[in-house]
Amino acid sequence: MRSVILLPKTVSGLIALSLIVLSQLSLVSKAEAIEIQDVKSPGGISAWLVEDSSIPLITMRFAFQGGWANEPEAKQGSTHFLAGMLDEGAGEMTSKQFQTRQAELNMKLSFRARADHFYGSFQALTRHLDDSVDLFAAALNTPRFDQVPFERIRNQIILNIKSNDQDPERIASKEWLKLMFANHPYGRTRRGTQESLMALTPEDLRNVTKRLFARKGLKIAVVGDIKAEQLGKLLDRVFGQLPKDGGVVKLKEAEVMAKPAVQIIDRNIPQSVIQFGHSGIKRDDPEFIPAYVLNFILGGGGFGSRLTEEIREKRGLTYSVYSYLSPYDHGALFVGAASTQNARAGETVNLIRSELERMAKDGPTAKELKDAKTYMTGSYALRFDTSRKIAGQLLAIQVDNLGADYVKNRNDLINAVTLDDLKRLAKRLLKPGELVMTIVGKPEGVEAKSAEGG
Amino acid sequence: MDNGMQVVVIPDHRAPVVTHMVWYRVGSADEPPGESGVAHYLEHLMFKGTKTIAPGEFSKTVRRNGGQDNAFTSADYTAYFQRIAKDRLDLVMKLESDRMTNLQVAQKDIETERDVVTEERRTRIDNSPSGRLMEQVRAALYVNHPYGDPVIGWMHEIKELDLEAVQAFYKRFYDPANAILIVAGDITADELRPLAEKYYGVIPSAGPAKPRVRPLEPEPQAARRVTLSDPSVPTPSFRRIYTAASYSRAEPGEAEALDLLSHILGSGTTSRLYQRLVVEEKIASYAGSWYSGDALDIGDLGVYAGPQPGSGKAELAKVEASIDAVIQDISEKGVTEEELARSKNSLLSAVVYLKDNQMRRARIYGVALTTGQTVRDIEEWPSRVEAITAKQVQEAAQKYLQIRRSVTGLLLPEAPQQRAKAPGASKDEKKS
Repeated sequence: MRSVILLPKTVSGLIALSLIVLSQLSLVSKAEAIEIQDVKSPGGISAWLVEDSSIPLITMRFAFQGGWANEPEAKQGSTHFLAGMLDEGAGEMTSKQFQTRQAELNMKLSFRARADHFYGSFQALTRHLDDSVDLFAAALNTPRFDQVPFERIRNQIILNIKSNDQDPERIASKEWLKLMFANHPYGRTRRGTQESLMALTPEDLRNVTKRLFARKGLKIAVVGDIKAEQLGKLLDRVFGQLPKDGGVVKLKEAEVMAKPAVQIIDRNIPQSVIQFGHSGIKRDDPEFIPAYVLNFILGGGGFGSRLTEEIREKRGLTYSVYSYLSPYDHGALFVGAASTQNARAGETVNLIRSELERMAKDGPTAKELKDAKTYMTGSYALRFDTSRKIAGQLLAIQVDNLGADYVKNRNDLINAVTLDDLKRLAKRLLKPGELVMTIVGKPEGVEAKSAEGG
Repeated sequence: MDNGMQVVVIPDHRAPVVTHMVWYRVGSADEPPGESGVAHYLEHLMFKGTKTIAPGEFSKTVRRNGGQDNAFTSADYTAYFQRIAKDRLDLVMKLESDRMTNLQVAQKDIETERDVVTEERRTRIDNSPSGRLMEQVRAALYVNHPYGDPVIGWMHEIKELDLEAVQAFYKRFYDPANAILIVAGDITADELRPLAEKYYGVIPSAGPAKPRVRPLEPEPQAARRVTLSDPSVPTPSFRRIYTAASYSRAEPGEAEALDLLSHILGSGTTSRLYQRLVVEEKIASYAGSWYSGDALDIGDLGVYAGPQPGSGKAELAKVEASIDAVIQDISEKGVTEEELARSKNSLLSAVVYLKDNQMRRARIYGVALTTGQTVRDIEEWPSRVEAITAKQVQEAAQKYLQIRRSVTGLLLPEAPQQRAKAPGASKDEKKS
C-alpha cells in the first residue's frame, strides 16, 4: 500500500530575519510528495510510517482495541488509572528512577483511556532513540504498580473527580451523558467514582493491561527521522512480547435516550452552562461524511456556523456555541454546548431549538454547502503540519478502518456531497423532538422537564 | 519596511501551509485608566468590518478559502493570525492590512460584541472560583503597574466601553510602525518581500512608535495574602506569585537563571516541589511552579500546590510551610550541578521539539518582539542558558524569592470541607 499526501519534504532551520536587513535566504522548497509506508516488523507488527528527517525527532502514536467502557462496572476508573501509572516505575526502575531517566532523555510518553480504545503517544530525540525505546518498552511490558505511587496517583485522580464535580462544564457533560447512555457503560465516567477508585488494587490495573495490551487490533502511526527497517526492529522491541489477543469483550449496542428532556442542575454561578443533543451517527455509517458536512454548517468550529451567527454574532448571547458528532463504536451522539448569563438562558435555549428545527426542516442552502466544501477541503492540509498531527491523523484513519487511500480521497468524498443529500440527511440526523438539555446554573426562562413527561 | 513595520520569516516547508500573523505592540497594560478591557474589546471588534468588508465577512472569507483565523490579547501585545494554504497567503495579507487602518464598526455591533465579551468574562473568570482568585492575586501583586488589571477588563468598566474609547485606542496604536508581520511556513523571504511591500509597505505611518512607558512598581515592601472562600471549592489550594525580572529588563543572565530556577523548583515530577511535597512528605496531590519572563516590564515566578483530598486549613498550612522550606533551601544552599545540567538539557531539547510546530515558533517570535526582545535575543537564548552557573541560579533565588515581593492566594471551601483546579500558569491571554 502506498498513499501519497501533498506534503513537501523539507530542510529547514530556525531562520528569522527582518526584511529590512535581509539579503539572502537559501532554503529550497521542493514539493516532493511524502509517502505513507506500510511497515511490517520481522515479528509481524504493522505500522504506517511517514519518513521525515528534517527534524531529529521520532513521533509514534498508537491505539489498543478496548477502552474504559470495557472495564467491569465494579472496576470503574481502572483504565484511566492505568494510563496515569505507566510512567511510575517499570522493570528494575522505581518511579523516581524511571522519571529521572525520562527527563534526562527528554522523551515524552503519555497514555489516554478513551471509551473504545487506549491511546499512547511517544516522542523521542533521534540521538536518544535507543535508550528512549528501552524505557518505552519497559513501561508497556513491565509496569510495576508499586503501592506508594499507586496511592499517589489515586489521590490525584480523586482530587480531579472532586474538582470536576464542581466545574460547571464538567457537571453538564457528565450528567448529560448519564442521561443519554443510561444503562450502558458509555454513560459512566472515564475517571470512575471516588468509591470505585478506593476499591481498586494494583492487581486490577494489571488485569487491564492483560485485557488491552495485545497485538490484535493494535494500530500504530509513526512520523519522523527513522527508516522502515529500523522501525520494524523498534516495533518488535516495544510490542513484540505482547499476547496476540487480550480478550476484550465486545460491548452491546447502546440505546441512546430518544425522549426530549430538560435537566436543570442548580448552582450559584452567574452564567448558565448548557449541554444539548440527541442520538447521532456512527463513523461507519455510509452517511457519516454528509453528516459531518451538515454539522459543520450548523455548529462547526469557528465563525460562520448558524449557531454562532444566530446566538453569538447577532445577539451577543454567548462567547462560544458549537456542536459536533460524537461517534462511539457501539452508539453515537450529536452534541452541542453553549453558556450564557442566567437571565438570558431561556432565549438561548429557544434559539438552539429553533435552529435545529430550521435545519431539520429545510436543510442548508446551496451557498452554505459550497462554502463548507471549500473550507473543509482547503483546510485539510492544516491537519498535517506537525509530526504529532500527522501521526494523529494516520492513527485515526487506521482506527476508523478507512484505508490509507483516505488521505488522498477524503476531499473528493466531501466534494461529492450534494444539497439533496443534506436535505434528506438533515431530517434523519437532526431530531429537535428528541433534544435533551442539561443546564448548570440558575437559568431563567426555562423549565425542567423529565423524559417521562416527553 | 520603510514605514517602520518589522517583518519576520520562519521557513518550514514540510506542509504547503502558512501561518500569517500581525502583532501589535499594544496590550491591556497600555490602556487609559478606567478603560480596562479596551485592548481586548478592540481585538473582538476588528472582526466587525472595514470600509470595504462587511461585519463578520473577514472570518467567513478566510474560512471559505480553507483557512482558520483568530486573535489574542495579553497585557503587552495583541495579535491576529490566519493559518491557510500557501497559495491563499496573498488574500489574507490583503484582508489583514485592510483592517490595520480601515476599521469601521456599526453601533449595533459595538453593543452586541460587548455582550459577547461580558459572556467571555463570565466563562473565564466569574464562573470559576480559581479564576476569580487569580484575578485578585494579580490585582494585589502590582501596587502601581497596570499588570494588576485583568486583560479582559473589570466587568463594570467593560460595560462602559464605547465606540469613542475604541476608536481612540485603535487610532493611537494600530499603525505599521507599531506592528510586526510574522509569516511561518512554506515560504521564503524572497517570496514574501513583494507581498509585504504590496500590502503593508504602502500603509503610511503616523510616525515612529512612541516608547511604551507604563507606571512602574515601587520596591516591594510587604508580603500580601488574598483569600477567597466559595462553597464550590472542594479542597483548599495554594498559589503564590513573586514579581521578578522580565527578559527585557533583567540584568544579563538573570532571566535565564530564573527559567532554570523555576524548572528545578517545580517543573514536572522530578522537580524539588513535587518530590518533596507529593512524593516524600505526601502532603500534597500536586505541586509545581512557573516563570513567565516574556513581559515588557515585569516578569513573575509562581509556585502552587494542593493538599490531599479531604484536607482542610491545617493541611493547607503544612503545604505552605513545606513550600517555604523548599524555597529557603534553594536560596541558602543553591542547586546541584546535576540538577542544573538536567534542567539545561531539558530546556534546550524543547527547542528541537519546537521546530516541529510552526504556529508555536511564530508565537515565540511575536511574544519576544512585542516584549522588548530582538530576533538575536531569541536565537542566542540556547547559548545563554548553556552559560548559566549554579551560582547565578542561587543568586536569582535570593534576589527574587523574597516573601515581600509576593502575594499568596488561598482558595478555601466555605464550610470545612475539601480542592480546586490547578491554577493557570503565566499571564493570561484571551482568544476572541
